[in-house]
Amino acid sequence: MNAVKYLWAAYIATWLIHGIYLGSLARRYGRLRQRMKDLGKKEK
Amino acid sequence: MKRTLPILAVFTALLLAYAFYEAIWVAPMERTMGDVQRIFYYHVPSAWTAFLLFTVNLVASVVYLIQRSPKADAIALVSAEVGVVFCTIVLVTGPIWARPVWGIWWTWDLRLTLTLVLWLIYVSYLVLRRFSDSSQTPKLAAVLAIFGALDVPLVYFSIWFFRTQHPQPVIGGGGSIDPRMLHVLLINWLAFSCFAVVVCWWRYRLEMLQRAVDEAESLESLMGVQQ
Amino acid sequence: MISLRSITVATLTKDIRLEWRSRDAINSMLFFSLLVVVIFSFSFDPNAEESREIAGGLIWVAFLFAAVVALNQTWARELRNQVLDAYRVSPAPANALFLAKALGNFILVSLLEAVMAPLFMIFYNLRALGPAWQLIPVAILGTWALVVNGTFFAAMSLRTRSREIMLPLLLFPISIPAVQSMVEATRIILAGDGSARFWIVLLLTYDVVFTTSCLALFETILQAE
Repeated sequence: MNAVKYLWAAYIATWLIHGIYLGSLARRYGRLRQRMKDLGKKEK
Repeated sequence: MKRTLPILAVFTALLLAYAFYEAIWVAPMERTMGDVQRIFYYHVPSAWTAFLLFTVNLVASVVYLIQRSPKADAIALVSAEVGVVFCTIVLVTGPIWARPVWGIWWTWDLRLTLTLVLWLIYVSYLVLRRFSDSSQTPKLAAVLAIFGALDVPLVYFSIWFFRTQHPQPVIGGGGSIDPRMLHVLLINWLAFSCFAVVVCWWRYRLEMLQRAVDEAESLESLMGVQQ
Repeated sequence: MISLRSITVATLTKDIRLEWRSRDAINSMLFFSLLVVVIFSFSFDPNAEESREIAGGLIWVAFLFAAVVALNQTWARELRNQVLDAYRVSPAPANALFLAKALGNFILVSLLEAVMAPLFMIFYNLRALGPAWQLIPVAILGTWALVVNGTFFAAMSLRTRSREIMLPLLLFPISIPAVQSMVEATRIILAGDGSARFWIVLLLTYDVVFTTSCLALFETILQAE
């Protein structure tokens, strides 16, 4: 059935959106940890 | 406590996989729409989760205004952000579902339109938080959240009456639901709720880390000035 | 204790007097309103039947844009002269300041509407097929709905980057039920297509809910600057 491609489109879109958000969170985490490290180095 | 999050994340992933299996293979096929109807099992739980998160935001905002607690403010921010993500999914899956079934991308369907307005209100909330530089941002955001919440019933009634004047197709199925479908729907809702908790928790940790880093950096520059 | 009313009136008359002395701001807003009507008339070519259906929407969208222009300057003078700081330390109730500003904006936006409405009627050959007098409560309630929240959000936007875009960004989503009510009520009255009573009642409810909220929370906002 032709309409099934819409089903997959919807499911893929859902996880794509979640994935993009989680990815941006992960990136922010990485950057923050780097900043923490830099702060720790400066104190010494 | 630190280990709870990864364990919950793994459990949630498994639950989501199981819910997916139920939605695609176990749930009975809908008579009129066919397999496309299975979008329902992602569309509706996402909507319920989004509304739940926005409710959390409202409560956190009110608590913040009363107690001025930074934790309440962080919870408000986190629930708004994750709520917008889920809301976006509702707005994307809705039209994808409507197109093959009714031949149109959009309709002034009550739930979809309400979701759109909520999405707009909360995106404006997030923009306010990002563009507002002052230390009073949490207060402003909390007030905006309250205004948004007051708006919701008004939006609901205006759409409801508009639809009685201009009848529109109903996305998401009116009427009664097959108990087997309800079962699958609830499993997916549980899975997505757990997922929302995991994501919110992670985002909350990120926010606390962000604030700690910001504070440490400003303290450091202060010290630097003194020297 | 100085009364709410006397401070409101004093602030309002001061604002009107100041605006009247240098009419530049008002004149440019009037011209802007005229331009909006003309642009709409070019974009939405009116023939008699269709125009009555869409006129409700067109008029209120035009009013909305004119209102945003007016609202953006609400606190400009206060900001320039550090008036808000003075207000924060004075015993005067913050509500008086808000009411004065909101009423001032209401008068200003009503003035703009008074210019734009006849122009719309002329360009679109509008006649009300329903009870035309009902347009008056719609106009009053609708304008107040935009102005009361607009004045409040203008105050919220004061300490944000891109202040001028922040106001409509915050105002438009919250105003959706009000705008829908204004547009539908106007459409119904112009087309004579049923009763606009529900929409007028919804507008009234909207106005009561948000006027109360603005009055209750303005002090919080004022302290936040």
